[in-house]
Amino acid sequence: MLSLIVFLPIIAGLIILAVPASQKQIIRIVSLLAAIAQGVIAVLIWRQYDPTMAGIVAAPGGSPAGSFQLIERVPWISLNLGSFGPMTIEYFLGVDGLSITMVILTALISIIGILSSWPIQKQVKGYFILFNLLSTAMMGCFVALDFFLFYVFWELMLLPMYFLIGIWGGPNREYAAIKFFLYTLFGSVFMLLVMIGLYFSVVDPLTGHHTFSLVAMASQENYVKGSILGPDSVMWRYAAFIVLFVGFAIKVPMFPFHTWLPDAHVEAPTPISVILAGVLLKLGTYGMMRINFPLFPEVYQAGLYVIGVFGAINIIYGAFCALAQQDLKKMVAYSSISHMGYVLLGLAAANSEGMLGALYQMFNHGTITAMLFLLVGVIYDRAHSRAIDKFGGLATYMPVYAGMVTVAWFASLGLPGLSGFISEAFVFVGSFTSPTTRPIAMVSVLGIVFGAAYLLWSLQRMFLGKRKPDALYELEKDAHGHEHIHFHDWNGKLDLDARELTMLVPLAIIVIVLGIYPMPIMGMLTASINKLVTVLAPVAMSAVN
Amino acid sequence: MFDMPSGAEIQSIISILRAGAGYFIPELYLSALFMVLIILDLVLGGRKNRILASATIIGLLGSFFFIFQQHALPDAEIFFGMYSLDRFGIFFKYFFVLTGVLAVVISMEDEHLNAQESGVGEYYALIVGMVIGMIMMASSTDLLMMFLAMELVGLSAYALTGYLKREPRSSEAALKYLVYGAVSSGMLLYGFSLIYGMTAQTNISKISTELTQHGYDPLVMILATLLVMAGLGYKMGAVPFHFWSPDVYEGAPTPITAYLSTGSKAAGFAMLMRFFYVAVPHAVDGVEDMLGVDWLHIMMIIAAASMIYGNVVAIWQKNVKRLLAYSSIAHAGYLLLGIITMDQLGTQSVLVYLLGYLLMNIGAFYVVVMIANKTGSENVDDYKGLGKSMPLAGAALTVFLISLVGLPPTFGFVGKLMIFSALINKGGNAFMWLALIGILTSVISLYYYMFIPLNMFLRESEHNSQKDVSTGMVSKVVTAVLMFLTIYFGIFFQPVVEYAKYSVTMFGALLK
Repeated sequence: MLSLIVFLPIIAGLIILAVPASQKQIIRIVSLLAAIAQGVIAVLIWRQYDPTMAGIVAAPGGSPAGSFQLIERVPWISLNLGSFGPMTIEYFLGVDGLSITMVILTALISIIGILSSWPIQKQVKGYFILFNLLSTAMMGCFVALDFFLFYVFWELMLLPMYFLIGIWGGPNREYAAIKFFLYTLFGSVFMLLVMIGLYFSVVDPLTGHHTFSLVAMASQENYVKGSILGPDSVMWRYAAFIVLFVGFAIKVPMFPFHTWLPDAHVEAPTPISVILAGVLLKLGTYGMMRINFPLFPEVYQAGLYVIGVFGAINIIYGAFCALAQQDLKKMVAYSSISHMGYVLLGLAAANSEGMLGALYQMFNHGTITAMLFLLVGVIYDRAHSRAIDKFGGLATYMPVYAGMVTVAWFASLGLPGLSGFISEAFVFVGSFTSPTTRPIAMVSVLGIVFGAAYLLWSLQRMFLGKRKPDALYELEKDAHGHEHIHFHDWNGKLDLDARELTMLVPLAIIVIVLGIYPMPIMGMLTASINKLVTVLAPVAMSAVN
Repeated sequence: MFDMPSGAEIQSIISILRAGAGYFIPELYLSALFMVLIILDLVLGGRKNRILASATIIGLLGSFFFIFQQHALPDAEIFFGMYSLDRFGIFFKYFFVLTGVLAVVISMEDEHLNAQESGVGEYYALIVGMVIGMIMMASSTDLLMMFLAMELVGLSAYALTGYLKREPRSSEAALKYLVYGAVSSGMLLYGFSLIYGMTAQTNISKISTELTQHGYDPLVMILATLLVMAGLGYKMGAVPFHFWSPDVYEGAPTPITAYLSTGSKAAGFAMLMRFFYVAVPHAVDGVEDMLGVDWLHIMMIIAAASMIYGNVVAIWQKNVKRLLAYSSIAHAGYLLLGIITMDQLGTQSVLVYLLGYLLMNIGAFYVVVMIANKTGSENVDDYKGLGKSMPLAGAALTVFLISLVGLPPTFGFVGKLMIFSALINKGGNAFMWLALIGILTSVISLYYYMFIPLNMFLRESEHNSQKDVSTGMVSKVVTAVLMFLTIYFGIFFQPVVEYAKYSVTMFGALLK
């Protein structure tokens, strides 16, 4: 089942390869069908998911079967390397509370992404092949439980993303694309070294051989004493934690590694921005929760304060930058940085509330930011500009659009009743509870104020009041004396059309429903989060040592 | 001085040669092929390029049959210990024949080469000659034989480099190659003669015995080792013996560039491994500098310098062939990383890496030739917008370049994975630093490799002066197959790694 959800897009990609490039509609529909099928599978997985099974580490006895669900595990490569014994790389998939939320999010955002790619006219065939490849890689990352497999999927994301930004992006796309590629590759190459080091340090308790299994790696008792990343190798363990953390932090993106994100977002076409903010950024924090922290819990505990401080910097700095932006998309990009800071803050709290908030925030940020970027795309399509100051009074002429924007904007600033509020509240509860992060949390609360400031200010400038003198649209009066507006070069529907509503309404419903009743998602997380907290707790480690 | 050998001695010499010949069949076969090609060239008149090329391909592929039969033979030293048959040698026999076949396939495509007025007469024969030389480089166990084999490769290569007679670049490249080659041959020979002077032996395993039993002057030994390394470093294109390679790679006909950068380089590595593993005493059980010869540290420096220099200088290259030349210097550095671990995993990973390099590097050059046919240029700026007009070539080149960077799921990634595994498994700080340098320089390499797809896909062509040369079915199939294999072995690399392991077992106790 997991294999199917991972490889469906690639199958669609292969089908598209055989379709002549002129058949644009067929190409789009094949991609959409694959994404919908993915969505259906995601729903099935969600329905049969047992929220009492915790995951994170293997069940007592060392077998992942009693702990993870939907496991698919077959040997992929097994080499006999003489003195090191057999080297096995497994095709090992499975889900627990951490990944199931991300699987659902990825499936959802993929459908939205395909829908929002509909207007793309340039090299449609190539676009959808790359999109499907990207979709497979993202999904693969979230369900892979073998580090090697994870790494392959992780790197597989880079090339399609590079081309998707580079070919279909804005004027400065070359720079943005290569910057994205170099930044993320720089982060991930160290992961390769750490991965190899971990392989030589960890033994699977069931087979007695070295393994790439993330499940085995998450239990500290499986580390061999005297090996390069074994329990007594303090220096290398710190070094490995730091390079892994930097690798994931680049993806989050965490200050000071964030500079690729605004560039990538501004240049990327709308659907790619949606994917980037909706799913890709989550891979950074997911990687921390799945790999970075559980594998090196003692370093994590030692670094809580630092992680928290960086989280706070992200929140405040991101908000300030957003406040200063003239370009609406850049503002949303910086708001992403700010909101991912809450995730980091929650992770630094190291308690159930904070972690739960962090993971829930990842899901909510995925849906809310997808909405934000889609809405930015809507106005860009019509006005060919995103300058916040060049509008004014739009609410009068595009009421549905203005309504959607209001929902998304308010969700983003954490209005109670919308999903963003719950996750941010949990993050703050968690970080106030933990004595380490309490002072950081006090400072971070300011981020909410600034967040409200840039969001409300942009809302006011664009939608309220009257048309600005230099606005990008003309006012026209029809025979009945009603005022209408008209964008240059735009012959479509002025307000949201059916396709745009299909994308936005479900997201808005999710945001509202999960804000009132978060249990459908949160219920799945709690067992895993509690387990993760115990795995990371200093008590558990001292028991091992 | 010498007594005339008696009849009985002559008899025994003949019988030894006869016995050896049974282990030498692929080489004999290839030599026969070499002569057949020359005769074919003389007999056939007019435009005979295609026939000659096809004959070469069929002939070279035929040798696989004889090489395959050698698996049944036991390991043996033949011809008075001058030459050996072992699994390591067989691996490289396959490797070099395959390189030769691919070089011919590229040559058939290259319009520049085929437009030569004087035809391509002995061109293909010389390629076969080089195959024989490279095979012998990998299998020789005697200093004299090693030198002769290397000269055979060198002489064929000089002629091939200068094959575009009307092109000044090509002649310049040939001359440069010849001069540098002569100097490095001289150094190699000097090193060999020092070793012979110390041991009075030319067989490499006897040299090793002699050195460990009777001791030696460390100073002379380190001088000899350095000289040999200079000679081999030239073949491998490693810093600081690389000065010839950018010019030669740029000037030579593209198929020959591809051939030199994979075949000749691999031959240098094969010989380096055999010579240094077997002949030079080294610290087998972790005792550093056991005998005062510290060639490992020298090699570490060469490796680091090659990776840094090759990858950094490549950034400024505009000519694709030159860019690939610098990248090939860098790859020599990565390959050396596998050798300096001095263990089985490392050696095995060198072989895997070489196989990957063969596919991706030749693949890249193949596409470069196809593009040069279309645009008449090897300049990156003329690659603009080619991704649209040549989608398959563009996609394939992207795959090859990604593989050269070492990103999964490609063959190049497997090579890097193996090499870094060997380094990390080895532990020590020096190996960690080398791994770090390797990793960081491969990020740099991404920048310049991606510059090519960037031009092909992200930019639109400014002028439409491209010749409308539709690429033939054959070249499409070859590109697709090479691309498929690069990805396939990146996902299912088990057989390759296992075959490499099987091929290095003969070093046995010499490697940890």
